[in-house]
Amino acid sequence: MVTAAVLSGSSILAATGEAVERSDGGILAAGAWLIVLVPFLATLAITLFGKRLPRNGGELAVGAVAFVAVYGTVLLLATWFGDGIVYEGGVTIGAFGGFEIEWAWVVDGLSIMMFFVVGVVSTACFVYAVGYMEGDVRPTAFFASFTLFAGAMLMLVSAANLIQLLIGWELVGVSSYLLIGHYWEQKENSSAGMKAFLVNKIADIGLMIGIIIAAITVGSFTISTIMKKVVETDAALDDVAVVIAVLLFIGAMGKSAQFPFHVWLPDAMAGPTPVSALMHAATMVTAGVYLTARMFPLFEEMAHEALDLVLIIGAITLVIAGLLAIVQDDIKRVLAYSTLSQLGYMVAALGAGAYTAGLFHLFTHAFFKSLLFLGAGSVIHAVHSNNMSDMGGLRKDMPRTFWTFIIGSAALAGLPPLAGFFSKDEILAAFNEGGHGVVLALGVGTAFITALYMTRAVSLTFFGTYKGDGHPHESPAIMTVPMLGLAGAAAVAGFLNVPGITDAFYKLVVTRLVSAELLGEHATSFDLTALGLGLAAGVLGIAVGYRLYYEDASTQHERDRLRIPGLWPVLENKYYIDDLYMNGIVNPIKGPIARFVNWTNGNIIDLIVNAVGALTRGFGRFVYGGLDQRGIDLAINEAGAGTGFLGGKLRYIQTGKVQQYAAALFGASIVLVIGFWISIT
Amino acid sequence: MTIAQFLVLSAAMFSIGIYGVLIRRNAVLVLLSVELMLAAVNINFVAFCRFLEDTAAGGQVFALFIITVAAAEVGIGLAIVLLIFRNRASANIDELDALKW
Amino acid sequence: MEWFDNGWGLSLVVFAPLVGAVALLAVPKKDEETAKLLALVTAAVSLFFAVVAAFRFDYAEAGSLQLGAKLSWIPAIGSDYEIGIDGISLPLLVLSAAIVVLSIVYSWDHWPEPHNPKGFLILILFLATGMAGTFVAQDLVLFFIFFELVLLPMYFMIGIWGDKTKIRLPGFSKEVETRLYASIKFFLFTLFGSAFMLLGFLALNFRGGSFSIPELAEMGAAGQFDGTFAFLVFGALFLGFAVKVPMWPFHTWLPDAHTAAPTVGSVLLAAILLKLGSYGFIRIAIPILPDEAKSWAPAIAILAVIAIIYGSLACLAQTDMKRLIAFSSVGHMGFVMLGIATLTPVGITAAVIGMVAHGVITGMLFFLAGSMQHRYHTREMARLGGNLKLMPILGGMLGFTAMASLGLPGLAGFWGEFMALLGSYQPLEGLSVSVFRTAMVIGAVGTVLTAGYLLWMLQKVNLGEPKEEWAGHEFHDVDRYEYAAWVPLLISIVAIGVYPKIITGAANDAVTALIDKAF
Repeated sequence: MVTAAVLSGSSILAATGEAVERSDGGILAAGAWLIVLVPFLATLAITLFGKRLPRNGGELAVGAVAFVAVYGTVLLLATWFGDGIVYEGGVTIGAFGGFEIEWAWVVDGLSIMMFFVVGVVSTACFVYAVGYMEGDVRPTAFFASFTLFAGAMLMLVSAANLIQLLIGWELVGVSSYLLIGHYWEQKENSSAGMKAFLVNKIADIGLMIGIIIAAITVGSFTISTIMKKVVETDAALDDVAVVIAVLLFIGAMGKSAQFPFHVWLPDAMAGPTPVSALMHAATMVTAGVYLTARMFPLFEEMAHEALDLVLIIGAITLVIAGLLAIVQDDIKRVLAYSTLSQLGYMVAALGAGAYTAGLFHLFTHAFFKSLLFLGAGSVIHAVHSNNMSDMGGLRKDMPRTFWTFIIGSAALAGLPPLAGFFSKDEILAAFNEGGHGVVLALGVGTAFITALYMTRAVSLTFFGTYKGDGHPHESPAIMTVPMLGLAGAAAVAGFLNVPGITDAFYKLVVTRLVSAELLGEHATSFDLTALGLGLAAGVLGIAVGYRLYYEDASTQHERDRLRIPGLWPVLENKYYIDDLYMNGIVNPIKGPIARFVNWTNGNIIDLIVNAVGALTRGFGRFVYGGLDQRGIDLAINEAGAGTGFLGGKLRYIQTGKVQQYAAALFGASIVLVIGFWISIT
Repeated sequence: MTIAQFLVLSAAMFSIGIYGVLIRRNAVLVLLSVELMLAAVNINFVAFCRFLEDTAAGGQVFALFIITVAAAEVGIGLAIVLLIFRNRASANIDELDALKW
Repeated sequence: MEWFDNGWGLSLVVFAPLVGAVALLAVPKKDEETAKLLALVTAAVSLFFAVVAAFRFDYAEAGSLQLGAKLSWIPAIGSDYEIGIDGISLPLLVLSAAIVVLSIVYSWDHWPEPHNPKGFLILILFLATGMAGTFVAQDLVLFFIFFELVLLPMYFMIGIWGDKTKIRLPGFSKEVETRLYASIKFFLFTLFGSAFMLLGFLALNFRGGSFSIPELAEMGAAGQFDGTFAFLVFGALFLGFAVKVPMWPFHTWLPDAHTAAPTVGSVLLAAILLKLGSYGFIRIAIPILPDEAKSWAPAIAILAVIAIIYGSLACLAQTDMKRLIAFSSVGHMGFVMLGIATLTPVGITAAVIGMVAHGVITGMLFFLAGSMQHRYHTREMARLGGNLKLMPILGGMLGFTAMASLGLPGLAGFWGEFMALLGSYQPLEGLSVSVFRTAMVIGAVGTVLTAGYLLWMLQKVNLGEPKEEWAGHEFHDVDRYEYAAWVPLLISIVAIGVYPKIITGAANDAVTALIDKAF
């Protein structure tokens, strides 16, 4: 029985009272479930029929995400040019006790932003992947998983309740497992997939328990209901809000690869490059930031202690990952650590209470980071190696890749007027404004590091002389066109939120069911301190990078070692964190602990069982031999033998002499008579 | 006449019969002694019948039965003795212990 | 359809396979086609009526017994032929009828040695009657008979068609055949529990004067059973059901039985037989002895989380694929028992959906493991590898089912696990919150370990390059009988995951009514 519980936006608004005054999005928002359903249907179709299609299912995949991109864009425009959309609708799919489970989708500014980002970046990556995966061993499986990946992320961001969020969350995890381990013939790749899945799963313990506590405290999984309680400052929720916030954030740390759960992300490079592009930009790693942003009012209003944790974790991650990016030779790993570092910025921004700034960096980062990955993929495609020591001098051979990569790098380094400049500046401003001096220093320092390692990557890849084999060619149009599109986005996205000038992005992400006060205000002017520091750090980073790497890009690797003695081995070994996890946790559980448990099963519990069996058998032997054979049976036999013996003795009475018999008879009758006589007298 | 006199006679005859049965070696004499015991019983029956004034004369009827049975018994007994004598050339009871264990 | 609602329908579901089994006796041994057809038809009749029952079932009244009957049966001891289903029994009844049909379909072309389909099918049909009967019985004696009826066919199935390799046991000097050891262990272990259970039933009858479960539940709710008596009776019932579930530390028969059993035997064992135990807790132990259930609940919860962690860790040490799946059952049934121990509607509904999900998923895993053994002639994971390359469809199904088994949200296994954890955050009022919350955290850690060993198994079996010894071998991917048996299972894994109301629609109201009445 399907009971459709479609709520119109306005009725929710009426219920929450404090909500922003927006009209609902009508049929456009009510049909937003298609955004989730279409990718899933496409996944199913690709799995079943993909092999028979000319592009191995790639066309279905691209079609599905293109649909999402178009739908997302339409919703975005409708929000900007209309009154904004706030809508929630759902279908009940089950009930456990008093808990109703729903497929429910929320269409508000935040989710529309994510629809747009996921849709657009996915479309670019998918189109690119059709070219990139040409001639792959199993393109159909790839496209199926890839579409599932996007669909899962969309389910996550469209979720109106925490259960559905968790479902999307874990589906993202499993599809990343499939994609990272796409080349599963090699054990490293499947292990990397496992690592990603398991690290996330560990963090998910936090998410799951956080959801459980929130749901039981509030009595519902629906996020808007929880937010309503936040607005009402519900006492019961207030008691556990910090616990819930910390637990949810632990989940977010896993997906967004924050320290100490960051270890899976660099290994995730084992997957095909389009996967990395999508994973690092729009899906998966942004999920944690999205979750924190989605639950931001809870953090802000009731759990400030948790917000401090968010800030600290973000700050740690942004520094340690940035440092690691400098020492990598694998171009994808440079970008991977850069992603970690940038996620650190987003998380720290949220921790500093800058909701809009954090999300804005997510938004801009999605474009330039996917662009950088696609560029890296294009290079890898050309030189058949991930290592920058095999590259160099590609500027002339791959001009389109080069120029788009430059745009992406500049955006990442925070050069104006590209997107990264505006978003990073806002974050630094937030640190400054919040009085987090140390974090600001770390942020500025990392901005320097960012510029440094990107300059290094660009120099080693595109300048100097070519060190690889064969002759590299520019990638086909199907790969470069998406890059051009993303380069355009990376160039202009920053203008959506310029302090004091444009506030389109701010208006978008605060269009939610809670009052905008809980989400922070739009900056009206530039913070000149932060602006100056950030810009100076970026320029300085580029200058140092240029000095160190550009001048002699051919002998680079040796000089890297010289530059940072002492620190180098620590960085090369990723601060030994991976070793700690492997040798401290994973191997003991997999090895001795598991074997011990199995040993107890066989040698203790089973020994008892078998011993009971053996004892019972022994007891049975005793019962048979001792009691039965030598007890009861003996008595029976003895009784028989005794009777025979007695008979043997008694038969001698039988003399055969009639007169003796007669005498006995007579004697007996006399005895009887006497007895009779005595008895009657 | 009192009943005691009959009973004394009968007891005496019975005792003589018992004595004969237990002591005599000759099978024929043993049979005769058995007849003597039966006769003693008959006397008892008739005497009690008379002294208890049994109008149905049950005692006398029983006496008649006993006489008949005794006659048949002696007949069979003598026949057996005769056959044993023919086989063994002796009627000595002590030698007849074929029914021994 | 009045005849159907008067108990005839359910009786048909239960006894159609038995009729089939008897009819099979008349089929000559050589005529295998007739035997297979006859078995399939009777099992299908049973399934058909089970599905009809699902449609005749009034979901608005899911908490009360329906489609039942009460006929005088053994008046001398006051036992009646009392049957009926509520929302808890219904999903399990349909599941058991369906799994039997799928098992027969699968067997069509996969006969374990020593062949003899006739005998094998007769055993399956006997099992079918016992399993379905347990879920509809509303009288303790009837319940007991059906509960025990499944023992014998399974014993023969393992003992005759089982694994013939010899093993050495700790505590024994001689080597024994796996199948002999496993079948005897299975039989005696469960019989040991059942003996106590029967004692418990008799004790209830002496005190309550009835064998009828609904009547006894009424008395139990009124607090008629208390004190040492109730404690001992619950203990006896606990032993009986816990062995069947199996709960730690009564689980050791399970890996042996599963490893030794033929494929279909493992499937039936995992999919249905284990559920008889947990169903017994929900149907008998809790409603009749609610106060005792409350005092035993923390202990059950502790044993349940031990089972979760213990089962998962033991899985990581396995080298035998079937044994690994068997141990995973220990962990999964731990979640079911954790849900039951909370004594809340959330937890017990989670347990019901967990039972169905485990039946479908683990049944499927055993099918797959059996088919792989059929092709590779080994279960050693060290010798397998690259299965996905040799048999892409089979490997894909294995991957999918393993994902479902690790509780991936959106697939069937998720709801039981997650909701059991949810329930244990807030157990029934009066239960120790700290014990249950600790259990929740440990259980959540267990989900990671579960994911760990399943992914590890996939990596060893499915991924990588095939071992050299298989070079040149021709492997048949999934054949049509396997498709016919498996696709319904795969579909239901997705269906239950996406739309859990398939199960909870009936179960939730029934569980809520049951809990409301008991506490």
